[in-house]
Amino acid sequence: MKVVGQGMTRVDAWGKVTGEAKYSADLEPRDILHGKVVHSTIANGLVKGFDLEEAKKVPGVVKIITCFDVPEWQFPTAGHPWSAELHHRDICDRRLLNQRVRLYGDDIAAVIAETEVAAAQAARLVRAEYEEYEPAVTVEAAMKEGAVPLHPDIRKDNVIAHSHMTMVRPDFTFEQGLEEARSRYGEEELLVLEETYDTPRISHCHLELPVSWAYVDTNGKVTVTSSTQIPHIVRRCVAQALGLPTGRVRIIKPYIGGGFGNKQDVLYEPLNAFLSMAVGGRPVRLEISREETIYGTRTRHAIEGRTRAVVTRDGRVLARKLEAYANNGAYASHGHAICANCGNVFKGLYQDELGTEVDCYTVYTSSPTAGAMRAYGIPQSVWITECQADDIAAALGMDPLEFRKKNGVKDGYRDPANGITFHSYGLDQCLERGRQAIGWDRKRKAYAGQTGPVRRGVGMAMFMYKTGVYPISLETASARMVLNQDGSLQLCMGATEIGQGADTVFTQMAAETTGIRADRIYIVSTQDTDTTPFDTGAYGSRQTYVSGMACKACGEKLRRRILEYAAYMLNHEGKDLSKTVYKDLVNQAAAQVREALGLSGEEEIREEMLDLADSRILAGKGGRELLDLAVVAEVAFYSRDRSRHITAEVTHQCRSNTFASGCCFVDVEVDMPLGLVTVKEIINVHDSGTLINPETALGQVHGGMSMGLGFGLSEELLVDEKTGRVLNDNLLDYKIPTAMDVPDLKAEFVILEDPTGPYGNKALGEPPAIPVAPAIRNAILHATGVHMNRAPMTAQRLIEKFREQNLI
Amino acid sequence: MLRIIHIKVNGREQELAVDERESLLDVLRNRLGLTSVKKGCEVGECGACTVLVDGEAIDSCIYLAMWADRKSVLTVEGLKGPDGELSPIQKIFIEEAAVQCGFCTPGLIMSAVEIVGTGKKYDRQELRKLISGHLCRCTGYEKILDAMERIVEEVYQVSHRTE
Amino acid sequence: MFDISSFYEAKSVGDAIGALVRDPQAQIISGGTDVLIRVREGKDAGRSLVSIHNLKELKGVELLDNGDIRIGAGTAFTHITNDPLIQRLVPMLGEAVDTVGGPQIRNMGTIGGNICNGATSADSASTLWTLEADLVLEGPDGEHRIPVEKFYTGPGRTVRDRCQVCKYVVIHRDAYEGWYGHYMKYGKRKAMEIATLGCAVRVKLSEDRTRIRDVRLAYGVAGPTPLRCRDAEEILKECRADDQEAAAAFGKMALTQVNPRTSWRASREFRMQLIEELAKRALAAALEKALADTGEPTGDRNPATGGESNA
Repeated sequence: MKVVGQGMTRVDAWGKVTGEAKYSADLEPRDILHGKVVHSTIANGLVKGFDLEEAKKVPGVVKIITCFDVPEWQFPTAGHPWSAELHHRDICDRRLLNQRVRLYGDDIAAVIAETEVAAAQAARLVRAEYEEYEPAVTVEAAMKEGAVPLHPDIRKDNVIAHSHMTMVRPDFTFEQGLEEARSRYGEEELLVLEETYDTPRISHCHLELPVSWAYVDTNGKVTVTSSTQIPHIVRRCVAQALGLPTGRVRIIKPYIGGGFGNKQDVLYEPLNAFLSMAVGGRPVRLEISREETIYGTRTRHAIEGRTRAVVTRDGRVLARKLEAYANNGAYASHGHAICANCGNVFKGLYQDELGTEVDCYTVYTSSPTAGAMRAYGIPQSVWITECQADDIAAALGMDPLEFRKKNGVKDGYRDPANGITFHSYGLDQCLERGRQAIGWDRKRKAYAGQTGPVRRGVGMAMFMYKTGVYPISLETASARMVLNQDGSLQLCMGATEIGQGADTVFTQMAAETTGIRADRIYIVSTQDTDTTPFDTGAYGSRQTYVSGMACKACGEKLRRRILEYAAYMLNHEGKDLSKTVYKDLVNQAAAQVREALGLSGEEEIREEMLDLADSRILAGKGGRELLDLAVVAEVAFYSRDRSRHITAEVTHQCRSNTFASGCCFVDVEVDMPLGLVTVKEIINVHDSGTLINPETALGQVHGGMSMGLGFGLSEELLVDEKTGRVLNDNLLDYKIPTAMDVPDLKAEFVILEDPTGPYGNKALGEPPAIPVAPAIRNAILHATGVHMNRAPMTAQRLIEKFREQNLI
Repeated sequence: MLRIIHIKVNGREQELAVDERESLLDVLRNRLGLTSVKKGCEVGECGACTVLVDGEAIDSCIYLAMWADRKSVLTVEGLKGPDGELSPIQKIFIEEAAVQCGFCTPGLIMSAVEIVGTGKKYDRQELRKLISGHLCRCTGYEKILDAMERIVEEVYQVSHRTE
Repeated sequence: MFDISSFYEAKSVGDAIGALVRDPQAQIISGGTDVLIRVREGKDAGRSLVSIHNLKELKGVELLDNGDIRIGAGTAFTHITNDPLIQRLVPMLGEAVDTVGGPQIRNMGTIGGNICNGATSADSASTLWTLEADLVLEGPDGEHRIPVEKFYTGPGRTVRDRCQVCKYVVIHRDAYEGWYGHYMKYGKRKAMEIATLGCAVRVKLSEDRTRIRDVRLAYGVAGPTPLRCRDAEEILKECRADDQEAAAAFGKMALTQVNPRTSWRASREFRMQLIEELAKRALAAALEKALADTGEPTGDRNPATGGESNA
């Protein structure tokens, strides 16, 4: 491979450093109306009515729409492919505006005005009258007997779903495992642990807000330009929400300033489209503020993991159990998929001898809606799994790395529930690389038995992560390639660039497969559902794998068509081409290829005898250079005898999946009297197959690591339990790391070609965010002996623990 | 109320009628089409809207346009050379792969312009502090700091050679 | 676009006072980093603004003939930190304001705004308390000089009348000469942060530099306003500079003079832990600066040749 595997410069870097790359808000027309959402000031209840008198008086107000003016039907928002199977469809529990209020800040009305200030003033003056119920902000409160169901039309109580899964035997229960363990090994040979681990609600904090603007085009198309990861899914959901045929909706996705899963959900596009239609199709922009984004779009699920484990005293895991409770907030969004994903990795990451039992609950609560976020339930899963692993190792007095090597997931593991398999396995090597890099063996010893106020510790955590969503869900992707007259190529992917570098790696893949030079490939970055082929979008670390397959298949098709035409030219050099300016050139090329391949003048030159590399037609693989692709392209376009527009389009359904894996090792200093954790050294090692672009891959790992640092140490969306109100809905109070909070980040890769990946690649985008927080937690455990079971491990929480244990 | 102000924007004198309620960000984006100036929080907490006013980096979202009257404003659009060539800072951002989603990039580049404008050298730790008014969720700041280190070093070398 | 009813750019302090008097709905705006945020939140929406943003007379640091330092209230944090006089005579203040927000905010926000905002978390406040600084306000009835300790009346409240303009912060010669200080900002992250707790300690050593002649301790966020811990200060007077027991007692005594509250940002218990610990650490850092200064003995130092160490 020549282009794949190179650290090619991002194709969008120029546009982004010059400020010329256009994002949604940069494309708004000048005279646009301003929409503003009116949010409820209670968390649970019913809107009885509105007083709009004062709001309507504000000069510049065009229209006010309330929850009583929107269609009564409900629609889904998850960024999942739709399903023709009823039971596989996403929950339809949303309306454009809600009379039934289910979170503090629910959308109850919207104002359209001529200016931003008028819209904001009017929105402030809308008075709503409510019937109020008690908010149930926590899972516990929402599952309590007699709790008011938030969606009685869909679920009789607040449990969206409960799934039960096991390993080893379908009917395995932890209690049975415990009994069996006792009879097999005897009570005194066993260690039984029971512990609860908690993760926080987390906000995505993409720098670009979910901005959109909508209008009705002259052909009647309801057109929304939006900052989304999933334009084709948004199209379908807008159609469902508005009761329109899908073909009447058009979604345009320009450059976007990060998504991290929040934009893998249909957010305000349906309402924005509705607002435009309400004013005769005039353009309306709907800017969602940072505060609205934080409380009103999506969050990462807070998951409580109640665990049990039974192990032998020599360190073999016999059985484990997890009860996971995911706080899903007010609306289903992605539903149970995330908590179920959490359960899957818990059950697979360790190979329990007797069995594993997992119960997952996803619960509606009157709080911000949880949805997809980078690594989809697995950061929570690995927090629970890897805290438990270190707690077991600590109780046994065993080295945590040895414990993992003994009990961790092995090569060839196949999830019995869905068949997902490690088709390539580099976890073992990752652990070794991490061990070396951090100086594990030396530091585990050197840091043992410290007593001072400032202590050091090393810790680690590992993970596995599937690539895309097959077979749980449909995996389909498309690519289109159009050869230009000059031999350059337009590459049009249904898959989306969201900052991760998708445009660049698809350009590399297209270059690799077609043989066209990367600098002659122009990827169309914008997805426009009117012209872009179908793809479900950016999520699940799927695009380089699933969409990569489509890109590869399309490239192969295009390449065949080019070579077929080149062969035609070489065979007809004396006839059809005799009048062209390329006559001599093609003549010469034909003679060369015949000579090189030992063909007589009579024999036909066939396409398989030719090769295309570096935008040149060659005589056989790696053979003599015959023609520049530009010549073939020009003739193909303009030949009066045989004009061909060389294009290819492929839709590819992916029917495979493979596990990626990796680990994080950290060395921390804990300043106990101040509760300060300083990460002195940190390294992530990833088993993600072939890297399409090592430079952009590294960037993905760094970003994921800093997200993991935030999850471990500082980030937590706080919801007031009495009112349901989010307390820290801004970037000052919600603590994502600044440049001063992130240490130097190291990353390494174990590169093993995966046989199922289009270029030997597998998941990479999401995994880096997974192992960092539990690795830090385990390092704090090593440094201080204190088990921090709740993330983030803030200074206040650390100090409470240290005081409790008389360490300060 | 509309008021007339005079601002030198990216080297060009502009006479503008602005609403006195407008932020500098509003004027740059909506009246002058300088969309490199990004809106990420509207309250000076993310740094995406950073521009230079008289050589100092400020958050243009909480800077009233009226204050810029008779001042000089620089945005990323003003950095390219006369023939459209990139400034050394922009080139290094590309070469060091410091760009991902790109939303924080123009603001960070403007802070880099301010930093090299001091004519001083800074180490990585000092640079962390100097860019700490920019939030980035994609890069973990690692490659941005690589770029900043090179920018400071190379621009310093150049300016001290020519003296 | 901000929801304000009108905007007036004052031409002088007197002009600003006049404008404030004429319009009872008007409020003063300086750097804008607090006022505009309240306007956007709706708290101060619809009000009119009288701007002193560009008033040259309020900018800059000056050494007065009597050796006092006069800082224009409209001086931005960055300009204070980079000011040669501040660096030479009261580097602690430059360091303290260098912890506000991030670089862009420090280019915009002003020391006058920081104080007049009335927040207990203001990063300049505890240092100004240990410096026993004066604030000079001018209103329709003339000029008033108010010790910073008398300025705060409650959370977000000060003695400043709506029509008064804060003109200067004055630091007296005897408050900096021979003194060394250190400010510690404790936050949940290292930048773009409001202090969970701020702790300022200043020390003055005996001539032989073995004993603590005098010490000052002040906090932000240890109560509804910034505050000073005089009883804790008393403990250390005339103690040896390396007396660890005295330092520990100093931290303990501070706990009796503070009243932090529990909020969702931090609990009282957590803040109490920080109050005790930061007192000791800020003291140690201030002493380290004092002992590292190899210049002439303190006491009769001439401000022209240096005040406190910038080690």
